[in-house]
Amino acid sequence: MADKSRRGFLRTIFGTWFGIAWTALTASAAGMTLGTIRFLYPNALSEPPSKFKVGFPSDFETGQVDNRFKDQNAWIVRIRDPQLGDIIYALSTTCTHLGCTPNWLEGEQKFKCPCHGSGFKITGVNFEGPAPRPLERWAIRIAEDGQLEVDKSKKFQKELGQWDDPESYVKV
Amino acid sequence: MHTATQLAHSVQIGLGVFYLFVALMNVGFALYQCYAANNRRQGIVWSLVAGVFLVHSLAYFAGANWIISAGFRDFTTQVMGYYGGQLGPILYTTVSIILFVLFLRYRKFFTEPVVAWSILNLGLLAAGWSLTDDNFRKIITKEDNVPIVMLIFSVGFFTWLPFRRAVLNDERMANGEPPMEKEEEEKVLVWPDLVYTEMIAMIVCTFVLVIWSVLLKAPLEQPATTAKAPNPSKAPWYFLGLQEMLVYYDPWMAGVVLPTMIIIGLIAIPYIDFNQKGNGYYTFVERKFAITTFLFGFIVLWCTLIVLGTFLRGPNWNFFGPFEYWDPHKVLPLNNVNLSDYFWLPLGVTFPEGQGIGGILVREAPGIILVLLYFAALPPLLAKTIMRPFFIKMGFVRFFLLINLFQFMAALPIKMVLRWAFNLKYIIYIPEYFFNI
Ligand code: FES
Repeated sequence: MADKSRRGFLRTIFGTWFGIAWTALTASAAGMTLGTIRFLYPNALSEPPSKFKVGFPSDFETGQVDNRFKDQNAWIVRIRDPQLGDIIYALSTTCTHLGCTPNWLEGEQKFKCPCHGSGFKITGVNFEGPAPRPLERWAIRIAEDGQLEVDKSKKFQKELGQWDDPESYVKV
Repeated sequence: MHTATQLAHSVQIGLGVFYLFVALMNVGFALYQCYAANNRRQGIVWSLVAGVFLVHSLAYFAGANWIISAGFRDFTTQVMGYYGGQLGPILYTTVSIILFVLFLRYRKFFTEPVVAWSILNLGLLAAGWSLTDDNFRKIITKEDNVPIVMLIFSVGFFTWLPFRRAVLNDERMANGEPPMEKEEEEKVLVWPDLVYTEMIAMIVCTFVLVIWSVLLKAPLEQPATTAKAPNPSKAPWYFLGLQEMLVYYDPWMAGVVLPTMIIIGLIAIPYIDFNQKGNGYYTFVERKFAITTFLFGFIVLWCTLIVLGTFLRGPNWNFFGPFEYWDPHKVLPLNNVNLSDYFWLPLGVTFPEGQGIGGILVREAPGIILVLLYFAALPPLLAKTIMRPFFIKMGFVRFFLLINLFQFMAALPIKMVLRWAFNLKYIIYIPEYFFNI
C-alpha cells in the first residue's frame, strides 16, 4: 500500500498523527543534540595575557607575601634567601595537591589549603598535609621600564631542580 | 570561646519542641509495651522516661537556661587537641571501630528492642544537651548538614533492623526451625498492594521535601572565583569519604586508583562470594565474613568518614572537637616526613634534587620494597597460615582477588594511622613522575 511517489512521502511524514509525532520527536532530538554541541564553543574566551607587570621591586617588603595578584594566579614574595640573598619571586596560587587555592596566613607564616589541609612555607615548599610537591614558581624579570614582569607561560618546579634557574627569581 | 551563657529565646523554643517530640516518642513506646507487647513494667519505665523529657521540654518553654557544663566542653576540646592535635581523629576512628566490633560481637544484646531504644534515647539526650552549646548547634543545624544528622539515625535504624531479624533467625535455626521469612511466604499482588505502598511513599516524600524546602534555606554561596576558595572547602556530603582519603593519599591514588578499586570490588563480590547461604532470609552466623567485611567498608570507612568530614573538619581542613570554635587561625604543627627521609637521614645520606631515575629508585627503595612486600608477599603468607581454609575453598584466583581487594581497603586505615602516629607523608615519594603512595 506504500505510496512511493514524492507526494506520498510528504504525506507519510506530515499527513498522519503518527507521522507528525515522529517527525516532531526527531526534530527536537536533533535540535537538542545541536544545542549541546554548541556548548563546546563558548561565547567569550577570557584568556588573560600570560605576562603582566606587578610594580617596582622597591614596592615589595622583605618577608612579605603580596596578595594583590591572587586573581591572576600569583603571589609576589620577597625574602632573604640564605644562598641567593634578597630575591623576589612569583608563586603560583594553585595547590599542587588537587588544585584548590590556598590562603596566606600571616600569623602562622604559611600558605594553607582549605581543601585537604596542605601547608606550604613562604618559599612555597610543602611541609604538611598531602601536597606532594612545592608550589610552582612563574618566570619573573625586570622589564625595560624597571617594573617587575611575571610570565605565566613558563613555570619552575623545585623537585626538578628548576628553582636555581635565574629566570625564576629576581635579585634585588 | 565564643559561647554565650544565656540561651537565646529561639533556641529555648527549639529545645522545647525537640524534647516534646522525644517525650511523645517515648509515650508511644510505653503504649506499645503496655498494650501490644503486654509488658506492664516496661510500660511504666518508659512513661517515666517520657516524663523526664516532658519536664525538659516544659522547662525550656518556660525559659530555663540549662546549659551543658563549660568544664565538660573545654575538657573534650582539650583532649581532642592532645598529641599535636592528632588525638581527635585517632580517638574518633578507634572508638568507631571498637563500637563496630562490640556491636557485632554482642549483637544479641544490642538488637534487643529495649536496649536499642535506650541507646536512641541516650543519644537524643546527649544531642539535646550538646545543642545548648553555640558552636555545636551552629554546625549541626547548618542547612548543609541537616541531611547528615538524618543519615546518622537512618543508618543506625537500617543496621539495627536486619540485625534484629538476623539474630532471631539465627536462634531459630540453631533450634532446627526454619527462618521467619520461610514461614511468611504468603504472596502479595503488585496491584494493589505494592503500587499503593509506593504511592503512599511518594506522597510522604513529596510532603517531607516541601516542608524541608520551606523551613531550610538553600545553602547558596557567593559567586565562584578562583582567587577565593571557601574555607573549609567541602565536597558534597557523599564525597566526604573521598575527600578524607585525599588527605592521606596523592590525588591519583585517592581520586582514581582507590575509587576504581571500590567499584571493581563491589562488582566482584558475587564472583568471589562462595557462600551459598543466606538467600531470602536474614542471617549473620551463616555469612559472618561477608557481612562484617561489607559493613566495615560501608559503616566505618564510608559513613563515619562522612560524619567526620561534615562535623569535625573545620577551616584549613583541621580537626575540631564537637564543641570547639572553628578558628581559621588554629595552629597545628603537622610537619610531615616521607619514609625515605626517615630511612636515609639518620644514615647521613642525602639526595640532590633533579636527579635521574637511578638515584630516585635508590632513594625510594625502602618504600618500594615495603609496598611490594605488602602486595606480593602478604597474600601467599596468609594463604599458608591463618587464611588457609579460605584458600582451599576458593582456589587460587578467587583467593588472591579477594585478598588484594581487601588490601586496598585496608590501605586507607593503615595510611591514616601512619600519618597520625608518625606524621608519615608518603611511603613512596617520586614527585618527579607524579608517583606517590
Ligand atoms: S587541593 Fe590543596 S590540599 Fe588538596
